[in-house]
Amino acid sequence: MSGPNTDYDPVEVTPLKPEEVESARDAALAAIAAASDLAELKQVRIDHTGDRSPLALANREIGALPPQARKEAGQRIGQARGAVAKALGERQAVLEVEHEERILVEETVDVTLPTDRARPGGRHPITLQSELIADIFVAMGWEIAEGPVVEAEWLNFDALNLGPDHPARTLQDTFWTEPVDHHVVLRTQTSPVQARTMLTRTPPIYVACPGRVFRTDEYDATHSPMFHQVEGLVVDEGITMAHLKGSLDHLAGQLFGAGIDTRFRPSYFPFTEPSAEVDVRCFVCRGVDSAECRTCRGEGWIEWGGCGVVNPRVLTACGVDSERYTGFAFGMGIDRSFMFRHDLEDLRPLFEGDVRFSAAFGTEI
Amino acid sequence: MKTPLSWIKDYVDVPADVTTAELTERLTMTGLKLESIHSPGADITGPLVVGRVLTMDPEPQKNGKTINWCTVDVGDANGTGEPQGIVCGAHNFAPGDLVAVVLPGGVLPGGFAISARKTYGHVSAGMICSARELGLGEDHDGIIVLPEGSGEPGQDVRPLLGLDEEIIELEVNPDRAYGLSLRGIARDVEVSVAGASGFRDPALRETPPADDAGWPVEVEDPEGCPVFVARTVSGFDPTAPTPDFIAQRIQAAGMRPISLAVDVTNYVMLETGRPIHGYDADKVQGTVRVRRARDGETLTTLDGTRRQLSAEDLVVTDDSGIIGLGGVMGGETTEMSATTTRVLVESAHWDATSMFRTGKRHKISSEAGKRNERGVDPTICEAAADRVVELLTTYGGATADPGHTVVGTPPTAAPITMAASLPARISGLDVDADQVVADLEAVGCTVERDGDRLTATPPPWRPDVRDPHDLVEEVVRLRGYDRIPSVLPKAPGGRGLTRAQALRRRVGRTLAGAGWVEVVDFPFVGDADLDALGLPADDPRRSVLRLSNPLSAEAPAMTTTLLPALLRTAARNVGHGTTSVAIFETASVTLPRSTGPAPILPVDRRPTDAELAALVEALPDQPLHLGLVATGDAVPAGWWGAGRPVDWSDAVGAVRAVADALGLALTTRPAALAPWHPGRCAELLLGDVVVGHAGELHPRVCTTFGLPARSVAAEVDLEVLLEHAVHLRPAPAFSTYPVAKEDVALVVDASVPAGDVEAALREGAGELLESLRLFDVYTGDQVGEGRKSLAFNLRFRAPDRTLTEDDIVGAREAAVALAAELTGAQQRS
Ligand SMILES: [Zn+2]
Repeated sequence: MSGPNTDYDPVEVTPLKPEEVESARDAALAAIAAASDLAELKQVRIDHTGDRSPLALANREIGALPPQARKEAGQRIGQARGAVAKALGERQAVLEVEHEERILVEETVDVTLPTDRARPGGRHPITLQSELIADIFVAMGWEIAEGPVVEAEWLNFDALNLGPDHPARTLQDTFWTEPVDHHVVLRTQTSPVQARTMLTRTPPIYVACPGRVFRTDEYDATHSPMFHQVEGLVVDEGITMAHLKGSLDHLAGQLFGAGIDTRFRPSYFPFTEPSAEVDVRCFVCRGVDSAECRTCRGEGWIEWGGCGVVNPRVLTACGVDSERYTGFAFGMGIDRSFMFRHDLEDLRPLFEGDVRFSAAFGTEI
Repeated sequence: MKTPLSWIKDYVDVPADVTTAELTERLTMTGLKLESIHSPGADITGPLVVGRVLTMDPEPQKNGKTINWCTVDVGDANGTGEPQGIVCGAHNFAPGDLVAVVLPGGVLPGGFAISARKTYGHVSAGMICSARELGLGEDHDGIIVLPEGSGEPGQDVRPLLGLDEEIIELEVNPDRAYGLSLRGIARDVEVSVAGASGFRDPALRETPPADDAGWPVEVEDPEGCPVFVARTVSGFDPTAPTPDFIAQRIQAAGMRPISLAVDVTNYVMLETGRPIHGYDADKVQGTVRVRRARDGETLTTLDGTRRQLSAEDLVVTDDSGIIGLGGVMGGETTEMSATTTRVLVESAHWDATSMFRTGKRHKISSEAGKRNERGVDPTICEAAADRVVELLTTYGGATADPGHTVVGTPPTAAPITMAASLPARISGLDVDADQVVADLEAVGCTVERDGDRLTATPPPWRPDVRDPHDLVEEVVRLRGYDRIPSVLPKAPGGRGLTRAQALRRRVGRTLAGAGWVEVVDFPFVGDADLDALGLPADDPRRSVLRLSNPLSAEAPAMTTTLLPALLRTAARNVGHGTTSVAIFETASVTLPRSTGPAPILPVDRRPTDAELAALVEALPDQPLHLGLVATGDAVPAGWWGAGRPVDWSDAVGAVRAVADALGLALTTRPAALAPWHPGRCAELLLGDVVVGHAGELHPRVCTTFGLPARSVAAEVDLEVLLEHAVHLRPAPAFSTYPVAKEDVALVVDASVPAGDVEAALREGAGELLESLRLFDVYTGDQVGEGRKSLAFNLRFRAPDRTLTEDDIVGAREAAVALAAELTGAQQRS
């Protein structure tokens, strides 16, 4: 190491000659310019600015100069070293960028490779459809009521004005549990949930009841022993069929698109009086030039479900004051709604569990 | 109910400009829904004309058949006016007869195109038609011979044969039994079709007064049979043909013409709605009686079935015994036949409930039963009988016998009182009292008005009208359901989804997000399924609730477990070529309880809470279960390397993920339960409560269900998890002081569950332990036979300070010490 040298040599020091300094500087600059990668530049740095490099050695000799010569030599060497350091820095930056670019190029992958490491999951479309319908009712301030599928005969039939000799009982082919005289059935409709609701709550009642129901239908493209229904029940003061129509129009619009409404036709259900069949306007052709429409088969309307004013006999059996309150109820098939909403002709894929079917719907419909 | 439109118009005048579409639309909108319209001749196109047979030359053929070479005058329908040469194989006609001829270019039902063709040595230019060829009936092979004077050659024959008739089919709901008659339909046309008028009631006729000269009848059960009318005719010609209009009409209604006597009773039933039974009077012995059957009695009905009767069945008897199942079906012994010349006409009113029960008990579904069980007008028994007598005398050459037996009086309808404002209050329509009265009268009610109170007596053909709301429906259907306004009701602020409902969605999303696919299966199960799971005889899942009328003998009960259906579904997917499957289902299972029957409670009042409790108590438990099954790869092989097949931990992990989504932590311990592999089944616990099981399936179960080996499954009681789901989670507090990481390797006996060691470490480490994770399990020479090494990573941290070396070593040693004490663990050096 060279510390301050007081014992300087009066003789001029060779490395401090201006031409030597210039030559060393030029050699360094040339080497820097010639360095083609960071490793070479590192060696250049060692060779030309390291302890044993000519400029470092020269710098060390400055102290040996007479004081009057130091300034000039110092300036000369300082400039040379500055120029080298600057060139080094610049070259370093250039080479770093080059290096990074080269690495990035080398690291290129084929981003078109498949990325299907994770299995796609999905929820059942009927679950999703039920939830969608439930959300529509919840948004109206209604609540979602539920009940068991293995149900008391009284709640499935008698309480709903379907006495044991009612002809309409034979319209609903019922699964009975053993022994038959225990009066327990698989519910044929979600209406027993309505009965349970009226029996346990006091009006105002605004509920929708989605769920599984059962009929002894042989399984084919349009029948299933198990299917899904949603029913609605409102019991309040001053409720009329106009409120029923309003609720169903709203549901139709939310489910099938703005402007899709419903129409009523007189019908018969023991649970309601007056009763109506409800058709929903075809959301594909909207009832205009329906002739060719596959969805509504040229009708302009699609049969959707049944509805009506809750029969006062039902209110009485369920402990609701039928003088003070009126109510309405409706019901429709969730599977059926799903089928025409999603253009499905055969219902069996709904119950056969092929993962390709559910997975196609993901987690929202 | 099917009927030709023209028949309806026999009883009501409809303006000529009302189209069929308009008329049926109005009927639909007032309660008789149009099912279909069709014409018998809809499938026939081209020239189908009246022809007169001019000549008819029989020509025997080599094959033994004789054909007729005919010339037929078809006017100028053939374009030339020359007689048409036609070969015909039938023989039931003669020169001079009027026949139906289809000319070349015509197409008959079944797409049968007619052209001039060479046959039997002639060019046959057309065809002389039989009823079968025109689609008018299967029974008639002979050529149709038209009555003389019914038309001119060359004229379109369709109107003469009723081929251009429009037949409408209406759906008749249980409350509109009157719609099962022309009488009822025509009346509804009058009240619902604008401009329709002049309803002529076919049941409104002068009938001879009752007397004692008729067939003796005694009714022992006037409740079951309030009215019994008997009439007889003699000198009936059993060979008399049924007039075409009757045959065509009952055929249009979907009934088969049989014989004049039978066809007439059916015709009058369609016309009036009143079922009539005809007996061969010569076969009926002595007084006709109506009573309930006695247990053990039998009857062979018209259809040849011998029936065991019940004490609830109403029967008709004579001196020989039972001769008919009243109102449902007649007996064989008194059936009318080809030799019947005296007819006993029974027109009786029967109790609808008895009819319903008898029909159901004997599984008889007949046109008569359908009407009797829904309710028929009890006041028209005499008129209907008289109408039958009229037709039998007119078309069958019979003479009406003197004597008119009428037993009993028709029940009367109870008047109904309601506020005149009720229809408006119920429907939301603006309808005033005058309109209400007018509408009720239009449908046949007699109405008394006292201010706002109306007392309406329903007409006898409306036994379904019992309540004020029934009257409201009559008013609303006439005002028009399409005029009901649309008003959204304002519900009070709701509470949204219940917590359980919201959590169920969360469970579904969690599993779907983790790659599981939801399926929906039928909840039916059979012993074979439970055997296939390998359940031992005393497994509680074998205690199933059976169905008395299952669709399939293989699955006659409600399932106690979701697994059989899931395993079958998984196998089906594999069969379809989806080799990696992960499916789940959330559904209730049915766990029977030993309880008594569910009571049938009254309906004229709210049941008491105790009665309701008894009702609910009688039902089985139906907890919501979560089941899942996976097979194949959890991660597929790919360019990233080898895949990973599913293993037991995927099943446990999925349930844990669900629990985690509910804010719950489950613990596991080894268990042996079918259908799982006895060494690879985890019992899942929430605290001390076992909530389910998960793991790898028993190899035999995989084989039985046709699943690949090492498939996995889980089933848990989701109900318990939902109940305990954490509602409010406190915000976490975490320390920002440095963490101290310590690894510990412990050697234990191979049989010691890692969970036990982990629990011991956790407890021993005390409150400085922030987390603990098992990161390696090693077995092999270095730890010795029957031993395993478990490597844990422990992280220590204090909330308020940086831990010292002493703190850390102390906690770690305490952890290891407790693990050693509780599980025999030795620290691996
Ligand atoms: Zn359409």
